[in-house]
Amino acid sequence: MTLDLALFLLLSLVAIATALGMLMSRNAVYSALFLVLNFTTVAVFYLLLGAPFIAMAQITVYAGAIMVLFLFVIMLLGAEALPQTNVLPWQRPLAIFLAIILAAEATFLLVTKARPTGDVLQPEAAVNTMDNLRQMGMALFNQYLLPFEVTSVLLLVAMVGAITLTKKEKGERKS
Amino acid sequence: MIPINYYIILSAILFTIGVTGVLIRRNALIIFMSIELMLNASNLAIVAFSSAIKSFSGQIFVFFVIAVAAAEVAVGLALIVEIFKSKRSIDVDQISSLKG
Repeated sequence: MTLDLALFLLLSLVAIATALGMLMSRNAVYSALFLVLNFTTVAVFYLLLGAPFIAMAQITVYAGAIMVLFLFVIMLLGAEALPQTNVLPWQRPLAIFLAIILAAEATFLLVTKARPTGDVLQPEAAVNTMDNLRQMGMALFNQYLLPFEVTSVLLLVAMVGAITLTKKEKGERKS
Repeated sequence: MIPINYYIILSAILFTIGVTGVLIRRNALIIFMSIELMLNASNLAIVAFSSAIKSFSGQIFVFFVIAVAAAEVAVGLALIVEIFKSKRSIDVDQISSLKG
């Protein structure tokens, strides 16, 4: 077994364990922290796949900004733990059963029908960061310039939307 | 060398855990986190395919997905805060005002 494969298997174990921990833990703060670890692990996978820019964007945007926002809202609402209410007792086993079917089916179809070819990039090529960054920049600002600008408009709309949603109306009573 | 199928299987497993989270949890914030997990799993699959065909387009696409996810989280969390203000709870079973 090569070092890459050992690293991959260990990291995928961590990724699956943290995802399950996010799913299982009763306290929402623990869930958020598990998810931070999961996002960081996925960032390491991006490095293994030869995408250093995406890996760094993953850490800054997901593990940094998005999860901090989540933790902030959890603490703002004080909604760490909800009281256990099981309205439909058969729902949980059914959901897990259907999820296992989905996993098996998705794996089968992706592996057989999508026909991915062979192995992924050599990690030696992956570490060559400047090359990747240069090519990403060239592609982003030449070929994909319009989507890039549209994304900035989307972020602006999201910002305005979030502000108007949480803003108090003029006549609204203080609650 | 790692066969790309391993990445695809890992991505499918992570996606399924996200789906299970949406199905079995009642806390709106945890459901939202599960959606983020699903987005992440699909990003991983896209980057794996893009590395396998030695192209950068997949990475650009993932970059846009990350930007859209950030926008989605900002608006979604604002909505959850609004729901909490009116209902005093973020249990999705409590949000049943339209139920007959």
